[in-house]
Amino acid sequence: MQAVVILLSTGVLAGLAIALVVKFFGVQSDPLLEEVAALTPGANCGGCGYAGCAAYADAMVSGEAKPGLCPAMSEDNVKKISALLGVTSEVRVRKVAVICCRGDDDMATRQAFYNGINNCRDAMQVAAGAKTCTYGCLGLGACARACPYGAIEITSKRLAVVHPELCVGCGKCVQTCPKKLIKLVPASAPLHVLCSSPEKGVTKRKACKAACIGCQKCVKAAGEGQIRMNGFLAVINYGDPPSAEIASSCPTGALSASIAGTEQSGPENEVINA
Amino acid sequence: MPEIIYQFYGGVHPPQAKISSQDAIVSAPLLERYVIPLQMHIGAPARLLVQKGNKVLRGQMLADASAFVSAPIHAPTSGLIKEVTTCLGVLGTQLPAVILESDGEDTPAEPLAPIPNWQDSAPADLLRRIGDAGIVGMGGAAFPTVIKLSPPPEKKIDTLIINGVECEPCLTADHRLMLESPDKIIAGMQICARILGVKRILLGIEKNKSDAVDLMRNKTQDTSIQVCALDVRYPQGAEKQLIYTLTKRKVPTGGLPMDIGCVVQNVASVYAIAEAVIDGTPLYQRITTVTGTPLQSPGNWRFRVGTPYAEAIRLAGGVTEDPVKIISGGPMMGVAVYSLDIPITKNTSGILLMSGAEVSQYQSKSCIRCGRCNDTCPMQLMPGILSVQIENESFDLAESWHVMDCMECGCCSYICPAGRPLVQHMRRAKADVTALHQAAKAAKAAKEAREAKEAAKEAKNSPASAPGKK
Amino acid sequence: MSENEIRMPDTSRLIVSSSPHFHTTDSVSKIMLWVIAALLPVTAVSVWHYGLPALEVIFFCTAGCVAVEVLCARLMRRPIEINDGSALVTGLLLGLNLPPGTPIWICLVGALLAIGLGKMVFGGIGCNPFNPAIVGRVGLLIAFPQTMNTWMTGPDAYTTATPLKMLSDAHLAGQEGATNAMSEMLSQVSYGDWLLLNQHGGSIGEISALALILGGILLIALNIIRWQIPFFYILTVAVFTGLAWLSDSSLYAPPQYHLLSGGLLLGAFFMATDMVTSPVSRTGAIVFAIGCGIITCVIRLWGSYPEGVSFAILIMNALTPLIDRMTAGKPFGAPKKKGLKL
Repeated sequence: MQAVVILLSTGVLAGLAIALVVKFFGVQSDPLLEEVAALTPGANCGGCGYAGCAAYADAMVSGEAKPGLCPAMSEDNVKKISALLGVTSEVRVRKVAVICCRGDDDMATRQAFYNGINNCRDAMQVAAGAKTCTYGCLGLGACARACPYGAIEITSKRLAVVHPELCVGCGKCVQTCPKKLIKLVPASAPLHVLCSSPEKGVTKRKACKAACIGCQKCVKAAGEGQIRMNGFLAVINYGDPPSAEIASSCPTGALSASIAGTEQSGPENEVINA
Repeated sequence: MPEIIYQFYGGVHPPQAKISSQDAIVSAPLLERYVIPLQMHIGAPARLLVQKGNKVLRGQMLADASAFVSAPIHAPTSGLIKEVTTCLGVLGTQLPAVILESDGEDTPAEPLAPIPNWQDSAPADLLRRIGDAGIVGMGGAAFPTVIKLSPPPEKKIDTLIINGVECEPCLTADHRLMLESPDKIIAGMQICARILGVKRILLGIEKNKSDAVDLMRNKTQDTSIQVCALDVRYPQGAEKQLIYTLTKRKVPTGGLPMDIGCVVQNVASVYAIAEAVIDGTPLYQRITTVTGTPLQSPGNWRFRVGTPYAEAIRLAGGVTEDPVKIISGGPMMGVAVYSLDIPITKNTSGILLMSGAEVSQYQSKSCIRCGRCNDTCPMQLMPGILSVQIENESFDLAESWHVMDCMECGCCSYICPAGRPLVQHMRRAKADVTALHQAAKAAKAAKEAREAKEAAKEAKNSPASAPGKK
Repeated sequence: MSENEIRMPDTSRLIVSSSPHFHTTDSVSKIMLWVIAALLPVTAVSVWHYGLPALEVIFFCTAGCVAVEVLCARLMRRPIEINDGSALVTGLLLGLNLPPGTPIWICLVGALLAIGLGKMVFGGIGCNPFNPAIVGRVGLLIAFPQTMNTWMTGPDAYTTATPLKMLSDAHLAGQEGATNAMSEMLSQVSYGDWLLLNQHGGSIGEISALALILGGILLIALNIIRWQIPFFYILTVAVFTGLAWLSDSSLYAPPQYHLLSGGLLLGAFFMATDMVTSPVSRTGAIVFAIGCGIITCVIRLWGSYPEGVSFAILIMNALTPLIDRMTAGKPFGAPKKKGLKL
């Protein structure tokens, strides 16, 4: 009997204490903020430019940021948030990451065996990863680990490839890659130059069968201003991308579509109006 | 003054393997071609003064210091500048470089005027000479010497420490230099002391080089130089540890030796200083140990900078078996390289070849928390705990556990029974923490700029909104 | 020497790795083998004394631990790392911590608890917060109190009263007013025998204090365990129980009784010193050892369990990360630390 009384009174007292604490120290949350936050994807990738989804929701509610900055948010949710906040959202071009290197173990040679931590950023500290092409992908997966959406795969031949259908273009991998190989490009672009080495064509060719050797065949095949040369490297004008057919003009295959996944899926340009 | 030697914390006893300590220094023969990187020092690459097709003479300045932390580079021989290009550096990256084709004459350029009576010269003149001669710290870090020797006036320097410890296993270049050119080294020390205006000069040498200790003691009897024989323990020659051993002073975290009144110079650097001042010879050659069990005849050579590693190995008689690792520097802090085209630079203290039997690979098993790394870390860090934090990419946590104090001496990786690449973890964390700080700084600057811009816009808008303006 | 006599190295099969390029020849498996070697004297004495019942327990615990580790590694799709010998050490320690004659199936359950619950669920070697052997022992102690408290004193002789149980009983009697209970109990003790060969019943590993001390000294001499842990653990127990004894010798046993009885020496030399679950630094080890000592004494003197070594070590294992954090020294050259870092 005594025990029951003690337990009961303890329970009542604790309940009272909680009620009081909530009453006096509780933080009033903004229902609007909660609603907006619930519509964010919650992956905290930082692709919007804010510290995380909560920070972005905060910025949207306070009017600092517009809906539509989030690369991972569906069109529907952007519309919903815009309606909630009574603002218009921005036109958004869907972007995906592309790893500008095709030098897997079949294509590119390695100078030495790397023995150490299985991460590109660590390997960079040791002879820059010991790949013959000092600009090429090390294939140790720093980007794959950084990707909050699991969109990057490391192939069995040690090359990182992006699955464009999974990529939302948040840009986390861009910062992670120690070789600075990853670029964010419009998802609609059919072709990319999958090489980043500024070396001379001969040198590159020795190091990697899939290098852009600077032959300029693609420049001739493409329309005016669609591809230009930057030193020994072809550069695609993503504002006016060349058509997919001219990939056949490239003797090494450096100019190609994204090499992972299936055909590009998803809407090409998402135009969102609230 | 009685000799008091203090004991620094931690350290390890790797095998010495100094097999070339009895081999006298030999001058390497003239080559047909030198590859001279424009960055042989910490800081900005030197600014090129010559062009493709120029004729240069030995000792002529090829490139000048381009910033406060930078050093000029001189031609190792006379000849033609064949090409301005890039070359592979020890870190596996491409460095700007010039290729010098020797004309075989080895014609010296007009030398820098020798200053034989340096005892009477103004310190400023001596300093300028050291800067012009392109002298950098030859122990490994290659920090421009002139900066180390010109501390700001508010730092009162009272002790000059000369580092003849050579605690790296295998390397014997400094040892041989002390045995063969003690007078130049002593002159160099006195030049440094004159520049700094200090009376107390300490020369630290490990006890395993007793012949060098005896010789230097003998030679310095009637000078103010004090030769200290130090216990053999790695990393006795690390700057902070050496200062502690000799003076019991601790370099504060993030600070420099000059903060506690000390300047440390390597023996090879003071030798180069003496050559530059007394003979007017700029720094274009250095003593390098070429060693390792696979080599036919290891030894110590005086190489001109720009000599490819392949040439050094050829001079050492080639190999008897294929090496599994080629290391630039010593086995504890040296850098594994994969190419013999890499040129010898001002800080190449050794080229070490390791055979398959000697190389043990990193396993990267789990840390068993034995705490040996903790006991051996001379900086008194906790490398095991740090490495787990870094594996989880918790860089801010690692920073709060003082990862930035790590000097990458390698004691922890050496002792780790689990074979963990602890130093690699530390190096990665240091790079990433620095990058994070820079990013945070840039973000802060951008935010401030944005706010300033907005403030300016508002200031502009408010008069604009005043009636009558539009 | 002509040019073509010189053999230049083949650079196509080089290894690049981070510095340092020299490594100690020590390895985890060597450390574990030395621990096993240090446990051999006590194992040998116990097998000689108890015969088959001890051998059976030790064998099935060891084999069970290795088997469970292989099984877990398979299930978890992780590399099998039994070569490092840590499962062997755990199994041996678990066996030494059980009463001789423990049924085989209980030994196997113990192995499952020790390796499965104590080690592999946390991710294998190096990741476990608690000493696996103690997890196994304590699990069995709670699950099978009857079996775990029936002890052999020799071949075919059983007792349920270990010295600590007797002490606990005498202590209770003393509290109830029987002032001579303690002295009566103590008069039956012969410390010399105890040191060499425990005739009073207890776990397999409690058979000979001398054998344990020998093994411990070997590990300390090889720098495999930190001397601070056994030293300060035993010292704390001695001081604590000594003070209690001095305050009332009719109620508390003398310190030597506490030092030699139960699993204190086994715990202090082999269980508390487990690298994975004890603090990394020397200072941390001292804090850890003193904590173990105090908790052991509190349980022994005032707790309801007669023995507290396992619980003490488990509790201090849980505090290890905190101790690590608190005892993380300041780096060389850092300014003097202000206050406690938490």
